Amino acid sequence: MAEAAVAAKSTYQGQMHLLQKEMMGRYFERMTRAAEQGDGKAVYMLISGNPVELIQAFDLIPVYPEIDALQLAAKKSALPFILKAEELGYSMDNCAYVKADVGLFLGDRKTPFATIPLPSLILCNYVGCNVYLQWFEHLAEYCNGQLYNLDIPFLRDPSGQPSPEDITYVVRQLEEVIEICEKLTGKKLDYARLKQIVSRSSETGEMWSRIKGLTKNIPSPFDAYFDSVTMMAPLYCLRGTEDGVRFFETALKEMEEKVKMGTGPLPEERFRFIIEGPPPWPYLRTFRDMFAKWGAVAVASTYSTVGGLWEFGFRHDANHPLESIAQHMLQWNVTNRNFLQRYQQIRRYVEEWHADALVIHSVKSCRLFSAGQGDMREYFTKELNVPTLLVESDLEDPRYFSEAQLKNRIDAFFESLEHKKMVRAGAEAGGAA
Amino acid sequence: MIYAAGIDVGSTQTKGIILNDKLEIVARALTDTGAYVTRAAERCFAEALKTCGIGREQVLYVVGTGYGRYKVTFGDAQITEISCHARGASYLFPKTRTVIDMGGQDAKGIKIGIDGDVKDFVMNDKCAAGTGRFLASAAEALGMSLGDIGDISLKAKNPVRLTTVCTVFVESDIMSYLAQGKKTEDILGGVHSAIAARTISLVRRVGIEPEVTFTGGVSLNIGMVRALEEKLGIKLNVSPDSHFVGALGASIFALERAAKATGERPQAGISAGPAA
Repeated sequence: MAEAAVAAKSTYQGQMHLLQKEMMGRYFERMTRAAEQGDGKAVYMLISGNPVELIQAFDLIPVYPEIDALQLAAKKSALPFILKAEELGYSMDNCAYVKADVGLFLGDRKTPFATIPLPSLILCNYVGCNVYLQWFEHLAEYCNGQLYNLDIPFLRDPSGQPSPEDITYVVRQLEEVIEICEKLTGKKLDYARLKQIVSRSSETGEMWSRIKGLTKNIPSPFDAYFDSVTMMAPLYCLRGTEDGVRFFETALKEMEEKVKMGTGPLPEERFRFIIEGPPPWPYLRTFRDMFAKWGAVAVASTYSTVGGLWEFGFRHDANHPLESIAQHMLQWNVTNRNFLQRYQQIRRYVEEWHADALVIHSVKSCRLFSAGQGDMREYFTKELNVPTLLVESDLEDPRYFSEAQLKNRIDAFFESLEHKKMVRAGAEAGGAA
Repeated sequence: MIYAAGIDVGSTQTKGIILNDKLEIVARALTDTGAYVTRAAERCFAEALKTCGIGREQVLYVVGTGYGRYKVTFGDAQITEISCHARGASYLFPKTRTVIDMGGQDAKGIKIGIDGDVKDFVMNDKCAAGTGRFLASAAEALGMSLGDIGDISLKAKNPVRLTTVCTVFVESDIMSYLAQGKKTEDILGGVHSAIAARTISLVRRVGIEPEVTFTGGVSLNIGMVRALEEKLGIKLNVSPDSHFVGALGASIFALERAAKATGERPQAGISAGPAA
């Protein structure tokens, strides 16, 4: 059984993957045109709870330095940029997304996937990470660009809800962003258009949420970590556009088909796990194969909720566009929530998505996302009795990836799950007899 | 009579055990791993075969473990040393619930169930504090042999408080204590105490439940055994075969599989163990 799984490597490439490639290709071409021919203006933003609808309403190009950085890492070309930033004095311990992006920004901004345009506006839409705040301040400094810091209050109330004042506070700031965009583009906001975009976002959120619900099926039709990342790029870059809606229609249909046919990403689904933390982009395939070998499929991930958390019911509201954008930014993304909410999110995944285990991938160069994961591990193993594995590498910096160490931990973890499975099967067989 | 073997290819040393079908150890072998991992595994296995005077064909199943487990090219299966240490420790001391394993590069804590299965484990991450390498660096800084420092540390009257558990910086730290005129035994007392504290805080993450069995190469160091015992306030199980526990666990898994294949049972109550 396990011997058969040893050979298992995921090579699944569906319609969704092809469409993503095509659409993201167009998105990157648009970026390159803006950079090289001055065709279009770019707004830099952060993924966490991004208000992309506003940017789409002005036909500005949303550019996410995090996506640029992770693309570099995935294409194994991040290290020279990281080293360049370190030469300038950025610390070894500094967020590697920041370093890769700064290294890129200060050069010719040419990458294997696009030439990154200079920003017409640097919109820092997430302040939960102080390093991110300074990242955008540095970029503004380097290009003498216009910076706007959206101050999004963290969910600090034990109820995990934003106050009505929080929402008003964010809406007022969004109105200031609208003014800036109006000056930048020389046109007034078309409110009806914004409503239409927000309505498409709502539709997208509904489909994305249904797609994520499909991984409750056994077998799961796709890997909610390694395949979700394919859907996350359109979710952030194309949300609110017709392309975005079409992508998610295709993805939903394809996944529903897979559920009907009872097929998953691996020949055999032997373990279902939840995963917390961003992926090690420089070694994504290697990391994926470490799980595939054991027939282990991620059925839910917190990483796929950094840009927005839709599967628990949130939808944008075209009747209250700014308020719903504010709610998205405040409450409906994992990074702006308090840590106990993250526990509960994972707990729901474990229970409702029928998972055998939790895997935490801790990120060396991001203490913000990773701090508290030791306690998380304790909570899940000791209080909830959920087998939990904590492994560490990095989301961007290839120097932190120790393949032998990761493999050892992952193998040992699944060996112990395998043993549990066998004992359980033995007990059930004994009970039946 | 059927035989099975376990080969534990560690970062520093390669250990081999051959078991007979009565679960008795018939051979042990120990070699330095060096740069040629596959050769080290083969050498170790050949030595073990020579020790007990049996032929290669009499060994029905071989399990490789340790970092170099995939380099045991003649092996029939690979199992991580975490599962193997758990199994080996519970074979030597059946009441073991916690294993502290300190090897050349790794320090780990393993919580185990009644049949020697792994309930939970924790390991040092990309830092050699708490490993054999740290002690080797300390010994080197003092110009002593690794085999002697444990005994000497027991003579400490006023152990120093080491300011670092960093394997890279320990040498300069020791130099500064020597410059201050501190006694060698007091420095070594401090070294052992600091590493024991660091290891215990690591192992506490899985919970320390008696009985505790100490395995791996560092368990041969009496100074480390005493330092851990003192801080934990309990006695540790340490076998003369502590160094071989990973290989022993691997050989037990191998024997179970060999038995499964031949339809013979080596001994009641042993499950087939994790798949590799």
